Amino acid sequence: MAKKSQQLAVDTRPWRDPGNNKPFVRIKNVTKKFGDVLAVHDVSLDIYRSELFCLLGGSGSGKSTLLRMLAGFESPSSGTIEIDGQDMTDVAPYNRPVNMMFQSYALFPHMSVEQNIAYGLKRDHLPKGEINDRVAELLSLVKLQDYGRRKPHQLSGGQRQRVALARALAKRPKLLLLDEPLGALDKKLREETQFELVKIQESLGVTFIVVTHDQEEAMTLATRIGVMNLGEIAMIGEPTDIYEFPNSRFVAGFIGSVNMVEGVVTEDEPGHVRIRSSELGCDIYVGHGVDCAPEQLLWWAVRPEKMVLSREKPHTDHGANVTTGTVEEIAYLGDISVYQVALESGKRIRVSQTNSIRGKPDAITWEEKVYLSWDDQAGSVLTV
Amino acid sequence: MGRGWFLPIAAALGFSFLYAPIVSLVIFSFNESSLVTVWSGFSTKWYAALFNDPQLLGAAWLSLQIAAVSASIALVLGTLAAIALVRFRRFRGRTLFSGMVSAPLVMPDVITGLSLLLLFVAMESLLGWPQGRGMLTIVIAHATFCTAYVCVVVQSRLSDFDRSLEEAAMDLGASPVRTFFDVTLPIIAPALVSGWLLGFTLSLDDLVIASFVSGPGSSTLPMVIFSKVRLGVSPDVNALATIIIGIVALGVLAATIIQLRSKPKKPA
Repeated sequence: MAKKSQQLAVDTRPWRDPGNNKPFVRIKNVTKKFGDVLAVHDVSLDIYRSELFCLLGGSGSGKSTLLRMLAGFESPSSGTIEIDGQDMTDVAPYNRPVNMMFQSYALFPHMSVEQNIAYGLKRDHLPKGEINDRVAELLSLVKLQDYGRRKPHQLSGGQRQRVALARALAKRPKLLLLDEPLGALDKKLREETQFELVKIQESLGVTFIVVTHDQEEAMTLATRIGVMNLGEIAMIGEPTDIYEFPNSRFVAGFIGSVNMVEGVVTEDEPGHVRIRSSELGCDIYVGHGVDCAPEQLLWWAVRPEKMVLSREKPHTDHGANVTTGTVEEIAYLGDISVYQVALESGKRIRVSQTNSIRGKPDAITWEEKVYLSWDDQAGSVLTV
Repeated sequence: MGRGWFLPIAAALGFSFLYAPIVSLVIFSFNESSLVTVWSGFSTKWYAALFNDPQLLGAAWLSLQIAAVSASIALVLGTLAAIALVRFRRFRGRTLFSGMVSAPLVMPDVITGLSLLLLFVAMESLLGWPQGRGMLTIVIAHATFCTAYVCVVVQSRLSDFDRSLEEAAMDLGASPVRTFFDVTLPIIAPALVSGWLLGFTLSLDDLVIASFVSGPGSSTLPMVIFSKVRLGVSPDVNALATIIIGIVALGVLAATIIQLRSKPKKPA
């Protein structure tokens, strides 16, 4: 895998050097059963200090159950959870150095914003003056200085979200768990808040674990993403790894949009692989070695933006990596246009092109015969 | 589009159907004549007569005491039952328990009263308690059927209760007991208040069950009124009813104001 940025300071990316860095949160072989239903199955996960780790998955993937086990609301059926070197598996939620921001925000409706934020501090029996200072500090952190006296129902959705964040941060937890923190906000507000959340996380240096089903949110926020599927971790990696180098058809299909074709290995060399795909109607030449055997059936996944669309047949090496079809649909999204091309086999391929020229008169249009081409590093070869 | 005349007339008819008897009762409580149905001039003498009638006043006081005590007992028991039914989704005998709790809602009063009477008599001869029948047995009987009503009211409030509020409190360091008093109780308080008021009203209202389980010297207000009316309606009953209506109206008004003030306004 392309790890050109290996030289980048390892201390900001401790997971790249697990030998010398101690994980902050250690989830070891955790399994959770509800009756006969296996919600989380043998998950092991290390999360490092000051990370913003995203657990990404669809509904029922077990991500929320895993988060609730970290908070202490559920206890694992087997396995252990360690936070900062201490075994937390059977510690009650009110005795953990962990706070959680709830999807519904769970603001106490009968308390004002200030009382909500102060609640955790009062449980710690802090002196009154200190509580007031801390509350004021948090209100200014989330830019709600003038809203302390209000009740939660007098706030907008975005303001409530920030109160929930301030309340969760009030006790200065070592670890903050966020369950779909931006799920209830509209798109525009969500984008603004994403950056604010990252800024707050970086300035406080708290470790965040975020659960989300929104892959865009995960890509924007995370230092690393753990993709979950059917109670198991499908892949752990930095956002670029997950997007560019998925390890399975599930991950490739879950993150972003992807064209997936079946093929058979015809050449298997240390430096390259050739795959014949009847769906594509051409050979795929992959410019690196793949762990596979000749005649093996496998899949090749390519992102829409990694392909090039042209009217004339482009020159490609090795007599591969080019095919032809007819434009069926065009979706104009402003910044890009997505073309759906029907190949001769009936397979439909999506290709996206940047609209870098305004109002291009001779742009490729419906029913045109076009060529699709790609370079030998464009796609991922997947065996599972 | 005009609203026309249909809706106002329908509303007027509906309200008069509900309230005309009460209004006529209030008017006739100020009747001078001792004949209840014949108007002969304004007077407050029946109010004076009422306050000189120790039987009626004593019965009213007894009824209020019974209502307050049995509503309070029902509040505690009904709330506990509601918590068990809502929070513990699966336990052995849940269906049976839920059916038993709500059975008094549909049980005819006559049967409830009779069965309780039999129970009290049997208990007295076997255990020696409760001794005779009186206020205590009425309180027990009323608490029994009021528990069912409280349970239903509190159950509905608890089932739309967002559990994450309690989790949030625990997450912030509150023990389960602390969480109950800091978060759960204040949020279900309106349901508790209305459950208590409902129990209070039902107990105050009850004639049939009380008649079965009361003893000598413990006649509740409805029992006294009923026995008086059988001998012919006397106007001081109208006066008493007017006072009760006044108190109830004030109570409802107060409850509405409190609810309006504490009710979260829906964000626009």
